Amino acid sequence: MTQTLPRQQDPPPSTPPALGPVELARWAWRQLTSMRVALFLLFLLAVAAVPGSIVPQREANPLAAADWADRNPGLAPWAERLGLFDVYSTPWFAAVYLLLTISLIGCILPRIRLHARALRAAPPAPPRRLDRLPAHERWTSKTDPDRAVAVAERVLAEARFRVATPADTRAEQPGALAVAAERGYLKETGNLLFHLALVVVLLAVAVGGLFGYRGSVLVVEGDGFANSPIQYDGLTAGPAFDVGDLPPFALTLDSFVVDFVTDGPAAGSPADFEARVRLTRSPGAEEEARTIRVNEPLSVDGSLVHLLNPGYAPVVTVRDTSGEVLFSQPVPFLPQDETFTSTGVVKVPRAGSDDIGLQAVFLPTGVIGPNGPQSVFPGLGNPVLVLTAWTGDLGLDDGVPQSVYRLDTSGMTQLTQDGEPFRAALDVGSSAELPGVGSVSLDGVSTWVNLQVSRNAGKELALLGAALAVLGLLPTLFVRRRRVWVRAHLADAVPATSTAPAPVTVIEIAGLDRVESGDDLHEELATLRRAIEEETG
Amino acid sequence: MNADSAAYWSDVLVDAAMIVWAVALVAFAADWAFAPARTARRERVPVAVGAGVPAETEPADEVTSAPPAPTTRWFGVGTGTLVLGTVVLGIAVALRGVAAGRVPWANMYEFSTTGSLLVAAAYLLLARRYDLRSLAVWVTGVLVLTLGLAVTVLYVPAGPLVPALQSPWLVIHVAAATLAAALFTIAMVASALFLVRDTADRRGATGRFVSRLPRAEALDRISYRVTAFGFPVWTFAVMAGAIWAEYAWGRYWGWDPKETWSLITWIVYAAYLHARTTVGWRGRRAAIISLVAYSTLLFNFFGVNIAFVGLHSYGGV
Repeated sequence: MTQTLPRQQDPPPSTPPALGPVELARWAWRQLTSMRVALFLLFLLAVAAVPGSIVPQREANPLAAADWADRNPGLAPWAERLGLFDVYSTPWFAAVYLLLTISLIGCILPRIRLHARALRAAPPAPPRRLDRLPAHERWTSKTDPDRAVAVAERVLAEARFRVATPADTRAEQPGALAVAAERGYLKETGNLLFHLALVVVLLAVAVGGLFGYRGSVLVVEGDGFANSPIQYDGLTAGPAFDVGDLPPFALTLDSFVVDFVTDGPAAGSPADFEARVRLTRSPGAEEEARTIRVNEPLSVDGSLVHLLNPGYAPVVTVRDTSGEVLFSQPVPFLPQDETFTSTGVVKVPRAGSDDIGLQAVFLPTGVIGPNGPQSVFPGLGNPVLVLTAWTGDLGLDDGVPQSVYRLDTSGMTQLTQDGEPFRAALDVGSSAELPGVGSVSLDGVSTWVNLQVSRNAGKELALLGAALAVLGLLPTLFVRRRRVWVRAHLADAVPATSTAPAPVTVIEIAGLDRVESGDDLHEELATLRRAIEEETG
Repeated sequence: MNADSAAYWSDVLVDAAMIVWAVALVAFAADWAFAPARTARRERVPVAVGAGVPAETEPADEVTSAPPAPTTRWFGVGTGTLVLGTVVLGIAVALRGVAAGRVPWANMYEFSTTGSLLVAAAYLLLARRYDLRSLAVWVTGVLVLTLGLAVTVLYVPAGPLVPALQSPWLVIHVAAATLAAALFTIAMVASALFLVRDTADRRGATGRFVSRLPRAEALDRISYRVTAFGFPVWTFAVMAGAIWAEYAWGRYWGWDPKETWSLITWIVYAAYLHARTTVGWRGRRAAIISLVAYSTLLFNFFGVNIAFVGLHSYGGV
């Protein structure tokens, strides 16, 4: 997981030596923290993430996961065994990212030590042959080496290099003086910050997985909801989550409005969802009026309340033959398509006589088309409830939990009229006779919405980590680590014709970029040289 | 100008931009075909420096100071029409925003048009600094193809946003993602050409086609530079998406297919950056990783919207 020098020249992977456990462990550690293995693990992580995008994930979309299993009966058991419905919490996925994290940490810790040392140390002494470096210039000057080096030192310091004047023991010429300079330490600092920040993000994700929770509940307009586990339709929580941590708030959904675009090419697409709620933060606290929108969740004591999917709840009243009300309430229907054609059932248990079950389709803007009744617009243009009816045993007393959206007709018989299955289409305010049973009426249409209550523990930490990662990336990729050396020595032979013994100094300047060679190296060297020449003549 | 006529003129100008770019493509192709082969070879150039000892220097990096690649006046025609098409598309994208009353990047048609605009703008800006002339015909080809796809397959009329997209994060997240994708597109072209040039060099091929390409190292370097620019932008885009997801869906990361693939793209580009600094992976292998990374990006953009059902499905086809 490194990007700069220390890990660059990994030795090729060798075969494990037949040695004791300590040597073996050391060998394994070297392999794990090598760049090749890190690269391999990166690819493995990318590949391991793929199945989870193909097979629907239970946590993100339980319905789609169940649906996928139904449609692929051959593959489903295998998918189950391999954990393909929960890829991102399987041991094999965890193994990959844990190894990668260890590799990452194992790689950056030694580099932090090295970098801390480099930050305190002087730039390295010049190599023997400066002319072998990627950029090199040589010229002569009438100044003496002492002055040349002093000027070079100042020029380089002004160009924001860290400068040192090491004893030039490696020079081929006796009496040569040298300046060593290095710039761009921030590159490695940023690189280390980036990699550390990734560890912070991973930690934050782990914290979220341990302490977070997410529940969803369907609330019909006018109804309320108290934040306790028994109220949820579904609740997933991390192993370290404690039910007592749920903030004790309660909500009443005063109104839930769904607006759709009525004209233009986008007609029929949702325009706005808005829930007006009364919030009680804790039992006995004062009520607060609040509004929740799709991108504007309600925040209560670290938990967020979001609007998820909406739907309609036709208000259905069922009476018996004597006109007595057996059932009267809004019934949540599940939308089936973009026009919000919705299906639902009404279950009316009766003690002492046959239960009544209604199977119905709700059309927000119903028209009778060539294929029967259908909805042409998701808004409430012309609400119609089309229903069939059953009597018998609903099976509610069997103790087997059953879906409120499905009618188990195994113990029931369908109502008929004139030998045909009974069928009625109700407008708001109209009613229909249920032959021999009573009557049914559509009294109005309410709405419902799925509220999601969640707490993503560690999200602030994750944000901090991500922000630091971006911050660290910038110097990593844009700062250039550059070393420059200047060497000055007296020319070996003074031309014989020279009468005045003016000193002739040979000055060399050379540069080297680490990691990624920059195309301005020659340019900068030329600039530095000009600056030195100007002062030394 | 009302919304309807803005929408109309936006559509017309997108068509116009595509035609102008097609002209640019033909001009660049003509330049490629008619220009003499470049003769520059890697050689040591003696440079007389100052009054002192003559010194030798390596020829500076070709990216900035290569001997100019020979071009014909067709190249000028191509550049002119490329700029013109870019300006026309810029107006079209702006009008689309006016027509919809929001930023014009909320569905695949708009990602494609805004994305091509950014690719063209990024190319033209980068070309001011680096010698990218040999990339012109390929970049323009990608642009014409993308715009063609946008007009024929991805087109949807201008409309308002579904509630899930009504957020300031749309501006930030999608702008960053589109900009990064534009940069990665240019890097992809450079990496692909690197592989062509490198393969030819290995076989000792010196055909006319190959000799028009910059040196392999130069292409490799362009690809790296542009990717290095795009990677932090992509990182930021993913991060902004996570923040938005926290607001919109109540979790910052939920392994939605789009999220998963954006992470995969991030990982593979990270692998590219690492590979580039690793002995034995530099060059060909790094270039192949770069192409793999770009294909995951493309799949995220097209494949995920079409193949999978996820929370990003409103992007629409």
